Amino acid sequence: MTATGPATVPVTAALALGDDALVLSHRLGEWAGHAPVLEEEVALANIALDLLGQARVLLSLAGDEDELAYLREERAFRNLQLVEQPNGDFAHTIARQLYFSTYQQLLYAELAAGTGPFAPLAAKAVKEVAYHRDHAELWTLRLGDGTETSHERMRLACDALWRFTGEMFQPVEGLDAGLPALEARWLESVTDVLGRAGLTVPEGPRTGAWSAGAGRQGLHTEPFGRMLAEMQHLHRSHPGASW
Amino acid sequence: MVTATALEAELLELAGSVPDPELPVLTLRELGVLRAVHLHGTDAVEVDLTPTYTGCPAIEAMSSDIERVLRAHGMREVTVRTVLTPAWSTDDITSEGRDKLREFGIAPPRVRHDSGPVTLTLGPTRTQDEGSATEPVRCPHCGSAGTELLSRFSSTACKALRRCLDCREPFDHFKEL
Repeated sequence: MTATGPATVPVTAALALGDDALVLSHRLGEWAGHAPVLEEEVALANIALDLLGQARVLLSLAGDEDELAYLREERAFRNLQLVEQPNGDFAHTIARQLYFSTYQQLLYAELAAGTGPFAPLAAKAVKEVAYHRDHAELWTLRLGDGTETSHERMRLACDALWRFTGEMFQPVEGLDAGLPALEARWLESVTDVLGRAGLTVPEGPRTGAWSAGAGRQGLHTEPFGRMLAEMQHLHRSHPGASW
Repeated sequence: MVTATALEAELLELAGSVPDPELPVLTLRELGVLRAVHLHGTDAVEVDLTPTYTGCPAIEAMSSDIERVLRAHGMREVTVRTVLTPAWSTDDITSEGRDKLREFGIAPPRVRHDSGPVTLTLGPTRTQDEGSATEPVRCPHCGSAGTELLSRFSSTACKALRRCLDCREPFDHFKEL
């Protein structure tokens, strides 16, 4: 897919945003055939498709989309550790969606308002992401304010992923966005949703020494290698195959 | 002999008459995805096409259909470019397009001037639209304004799944973008 844009593209930033979209798209695609209800099967696949489309545009800004997706080693990926986390139960997937789509919507809205190389894609994607965030918010409310079991699972999921949320606001070379201000708005928005869902904002740190610079620097968590092996297997086994 | 601009207009009309691969009841012109046709010389043409959703897989079928039609019309070289700016909106669907969608059994998108999803409130088991804040989505079968949302994502990314509370038929709604 070709996209029009200025000649100079900050490659690091294009990879960071493109890899976020690609990796989360793949994770959501893993729900196909396993979602709790048919409507969610379709919803998660559609969200994955939106993200894949965004990934294609962003990776094409940085180079050849197929080579970048299928032939890079784990350490060359620049995605957030948050998006590579395994799906877990449905509550974990929803918590990941809530944290990420809130960030993506705020970031893309800012990029769309600017004149940088990501403005055209951001202006288009921010409207799609608004539906993703809406979907995550409604499920957070339903699970948090649902049965004792759903509340407990949602609480555990929000807590478990909390430590991956600080990374979203670490500076990325070539990404022209006011990250501290975005972080404040992200916290406000997530706090509001969790509050309405009857959940409390997790208490632990949002980043730490353990993250060692994290995904933006190519350092990933253990489940990511397995995900990548599955994602790249076909392309590496049959280079240049088509159907 | 036709002038360059007359030929461009003709090519634009031809490309615009290609049916959407996913919703063949609509043409690309009615869907509002065809942005421009630029003629270079006498038989080379560049077509600007914009996707509905960034990940819409139909864009590739649209491109090859446009190429086929324009080549059949004597164009030697046809290039279809994907353009993202300005971003497509459901407001770009023409009024004939909206009527055709309704006849086809799909509730057309409501005309909007801001972006983002229509606000919803959480019902006991299903989500419901916010009362009178927005124009209701009408059932394309019986015209009733009493409809409920079953899922905000349906058979394709651009549609939501709803059900009519009067005739009880489920239907797709081309959601606002």
